[in-house]
Amino acid sequence: MALRIFTGNRVADGIVVYLDDAGGWTETVSQSRLVATSEDQAAATEMADKASDDAVVADPYLIDVTEDGGEIRPVRYRERIRAYGPPVHPDFVKTTPSDTDHFTPGGGASRPSGDGA
Amino acid sequence: MYRYDPLDQRLVDERVEQFRDQVARRMAGEITEDEFKPLRLMNGLYIQLHAYMLRIAIPYGMLSSTQLRKLAHIARTYDRGYGHFTTRQCIQFNWPKLEDTPEILAELAEVQMHAIQTSGNSFRNVTADQYAGVSADEIDDSRPYAEIIRQWGALHPEFSYLPRKFKIAVTGSPNDRTAAKFHDIGVILKKNDAVETGFEIIIGGGQGRTPMIAQTVREFLPRHDLLSYLEAIMRIYNLMGRRDNIFKAKLKILVYKLGIDEMQKLVEEEWNQIKDGPLKLPQAEIDRVAAHFAPPPFETVESDPRAFDIHKFESLAFARWARTNVAAHKQPGYAIVNLTLKPTGGVPGDATAEQMDAVADLADRYSLGEIRVTHEQNLVFAHVKEADLYRLWRALDEIGFATPNLSLIGDMICCPGLDYCGLANARSIPVAQRIGKRFADLDRQLDIGELRLKISGCINACGHHHVGHVGILGVERKGEEYYQITLGGNPAMDATIGDVVGPAFSSDDVVDAVETVVTTYVKLRADGERFLDTYRRVGAEPFKERLYPEKTDAAA
Amino acid sequence: MPLLKSGKLVDDPWTHVADEVAIPASGPVIVGLKRWREVRAALIKRKDPVGVRLQSDHTAGDVVDDLEHLGVVALAFPVFKDGRAYTNARRLRERHGYRGEVRAIGNVLRDQYLFMQRCGFDALEVKEGETEQDWQRATGAITVFYQPAADGRETVIRKRHSQTS
Repeated sequence: MALRIFTGNRVADGIVVYLDDAGGWTETVSQSRLVATSEDQAAATEMADKASDDAVVADPYLIDVTEDGGEIRPVRYRERIRAYGPPVHPDFVKTTPSDTDHFTPGGGASRPSGDGA
Repeated sequence: MYRYDPLDQRLVDERVEQFRDQVARRMAGEITEDEFKPLRLMNGLYIQLHAYMLRIAIPYGMLSSTQLRKLAHIARTYDRGYGHFTTRQCIQFNWPKLEDTPEILAELAEVQMHAIQTSGNSFRNVTADQYAGVSADEIDDSRPYAEIIRQWGALHPEFSYLPRKFKIAVTGSPNDRTAAKFHDIGVILKKNDAVETGFEIIIGGGQGRTPMIAQTVREFLPRHDLLSYLEAIMRIYNLMGRRDNIFKAKLKILVYKLGIDEMQKLVEEEWNQIKDGPLKLPQAEIDRVAAHFAPPPFETVESDPRAFDIHKFESLAFARWARTNVAAHKQPGYAIVNLTLKPTGGVPGDATAEQMDAVADLADRYSLGEIRVTHEQNLVFAHVKEADLYRLWRALDEIGFATPNLSLIGDMICCPGLDYCGLANARSIPVAQRIGKRFADLDRQLDIGELRLKISGCINACGHHHVGHVGILGVERKGEEYYQITLGGNPAMDATIGDVVGPAFSSDDVVDAVETVVTTYVKLRADGERFLDTYRRVGAEPFKERLYPEKTDAAA
Repeated sequence: MPLLKSGKLVDDPWTHVADEVAIPASGPVIVGLKRWREVRAALIKRKDPVGVRLQSDHTAGDVVDDLEHLGVVALAFPVFKDGRAYTNARRLRERHGYRGEVRAIGNVLRDQYLFMQRCGFDALEVKEGETEQDWQRATGAITVFYQPAADGRETVIRKRHSQTS
């Protein structure tokens, strides 16, 4: 089974959150609780459903991630944008733990080639 | 501009309390997200990628300086210090907290604003001409009718659960600035032989997945019949619009399926039953609303071009701006000033709280306290004295809203795209920024001339790419972003939908592709031809050949 | 399913009869449109009242000729988003002058009560736990009405110009 985590938007303020190991919800993707087996999924789903019922998180859902040395990275580009913030407004981009460019769609280390001013 | 009477005010106040109660029930877990979602959408509150997004209505684009200051205050107090003007004359805030939204709406109600029905399957913000009341080419002022329609559509008990969202534009000039032909209903002001104002009603336009041009369902409708006729259209749509498939649910699909003749027959049958009923508009109400839009107290000023010319001579930058951003006003000695929110390399349509406050102050000083929002994500000062133009330009330049690129390639429409929007497939803003930087040379932009570039991050076409002279649609393929180019679209009365020229370009290649389109046009154009004119004359082939040389070679 | 009739929680005198189920010999019954068309004559002859249940793709026109025989017309909301019944309710009231009960069934939620009332519904089958107070709060939340509808409430335009002749 691929590695996955639960994410959603917090009901009160809409901020992107991830289910963490303690069963709470964190804004930091690398602190999220990894779902690797069907037992993991069942336990995590129960927590996610409860958060939904309790109006803590709106419509939580699973996303694919990769994990590398403690750093958890969403596979889908849109989920990386959710995890780290809108690239176009650097003020709102969360600091990421490594220098790897998280914003290239294909997930590679290079940026799209810029054009001269 | 329109001022609420006590009844209008009571409605927005009650709406705030209704929503406050709904939010409380949501936060207490008494209603589920599924049940809450339509309620929050009816108050313009989305969940997007990063947070909630609140879309506030700016009815037919009209704002007072007081209202703009309130928007600045909201940006500062409840959001992250900025807002974004949209292609439907609304403003969006990207970071409000749900728990704050009742207070935000209460503050908006204090200045006669709201977020009612800016989302959901009902009537969206009614849009109109940003030059209403001041342009010489106007047949009549679109705003009173837009206001009358806005009220009729607000909390309409029968039409709050339509098959899909519903967009109405009112246009008062044959030189349409509202993209009326791409709305569900377009209300086109006309005069009959007796020189009375009435409307041509067009229906079934739209963009999105299947762009279509609206068709005439009624050649001339007397003013008093406006609401009953619209009600008849809505009733047919509410009953017959598809409910099984979200991509086939719009009015345009129904019109396409039935044909305009059958549609007209159904509408007129319904209308005949109701036209003499309580929806007939009393003249007193038309007069009451129209009185709010009477011309402001202009000073009698002779048009004196001399001072103006001196400034233009002395300052190339001012001359450039006056040439592109200033339009003729029907009152002598006055001008219409366009504030372009398209700084080179910036985010099209964004404004910080500081900029909003500065614009409000300038509006008070130079434009009778009034600001208009255009569907092209710019602002307008409609009543500026020619004698004030130089001073105003200096001030606008200081706040960054004087880029002399109105209608040029730098004046792009761009949706928020995958940076913000949950519906997007690709990022749109960085493409706009990179193109802006590539064409940063203003002399070059002027030489290129009028070229409306419109960029959407997904097929929903909020960036109006279908009606761009050059359109760009972001798509996703195998996790990578690609950009499809369309050419020759136009939203005005000579409406055309852009032609797809070929396979989409990678993010790396799209800016070069746009450059190729531009240089091809420059090479082929005849004297005085805008891009659109050249394209219509030569067709897509010359562009395809240069955009896809390998294909052409292979075919040769 | 609790029934709110003109804002009051009442015992429902009517029984919904599904298409394949036998129609009871007595008591007020609501049948589907197809059933109505099949055994119309017998239903009209019945001692006790009869009503028809319309799905969202049926129209008021489907029963317009029989309104005199119908004690209730029930209009279905398969999902709350399906707003066709609002038009059909108005047609029944305003176009056809129907004075029997117009009942909302299906996905009927509190935040639609006011719209339903305005369109001519006088009875709603509601979720368990809904109270008369919920109804009052929902239908009293907005007191300004821009559009004429089936409820006869005075519109804003009327109010504005009632002094002028």
